[in-house]
Amino acid sequence: MSVNLAYVGREYPATAPYSVGREKLREFASAVGASHPVHHDLVAARGAGYPDLVAAPTFAVVVAQRAESQLVQDPGAGIDFSRVVHADERFTHHRPIVAGDELVTVLHVDSIVERAGLAMVTTRCEIVAALPDGGTEPVSTVTSTLAVRGEGA
Amino acid sequence: MSTDARPALTDLSVGDVVGNRTVEVDRARLVRYAGASGDFNPIHWDDAFAAGVGLPGVIAHGMFTMGAAVALVEDWAGDPGAVVDYQARFTRPVPVPSRGVATLDVTGTVGAIDADAGTVRIDLTVTSEGARVLGKTQAVVRL
Repeated sequence: MSVNLAYVGREYPATAPYSVGREKLREFASAVGASHPVHHDLVAARGAGYPDLVAAPTFAVVVAQRAESQLVQDPGAGIDFSRVVHADERFTHHRPIVAGDELVTVLHVDSIVERAGLAMVTTRCEIVAALPDGGTEPVSTVTSTLAVRGEGA
Repeated sequence: MSTDARPALTDLSVGDVVGNRTVEVDRARLVRYAGASGDFNPIHWDDAFAAGVGLPGVIAHGMFTMGAAVALVEDWAGDPGAVVDYQARFTRPVPVPSRGVATLDVTGTVGAIDADAGTVRIDLTVTSEGARVLGKTQAVVRL
């Protein structure tokens, strides 16, 4: 089956909170070779004015891909993951992600464009931090495009 | 959050090279990234699977390459939290051999300066074996 164009404009319910942990931030930063001390050393992070360890600029993908799986695994969307290639990614950080954040994500399907045997599916994750008073604070917007090859392509 | 090491907007000009680095990528690095990121797609660790979907072999995660490239900008800026926007297109896969390494060459250049916003756009050129593997790779840094 092909990608369901009727999914454009769809918005998924907010995800369960993702708890940002210090060791996860260190592990991710080490994996991409981000050696700046604010990713690893609490004293350095606090000395630089942050409340806790700071996430590497692409760490938000960990949070975003969990939300995106709602679409990819939705049988009605018609996305065959074995035919998917990641086409582009963009992070807009409203503030840095720090350890201790409780992040909640709302996934939006912004566009689906078919061309030359490909369906280009663009999603947007709006990631907010849950605040102790019950409110939220914008943290990151992650835009991602998947190229899905059609049957026989 | 300023330190003495941070660059000043007024000292920069479009076209300035802010740094170069070489990143070596082996299979262990991909396994490590898979675990850290939660992206366990077998095209990044299983040769037979990768070949079966028409790839030249196991390839690096595009998000690994994107993440490794921006470390240059973090270090230049002196503050990873100053990277307020970062985007890339994945234009060419990076095959990683089962033994040995693939090499990524990263260069950062000042692409634009917005004095009113207090930001500079660093354009990253990322190549492997002389071919560009990422397109439109731009990091906006608040200085």
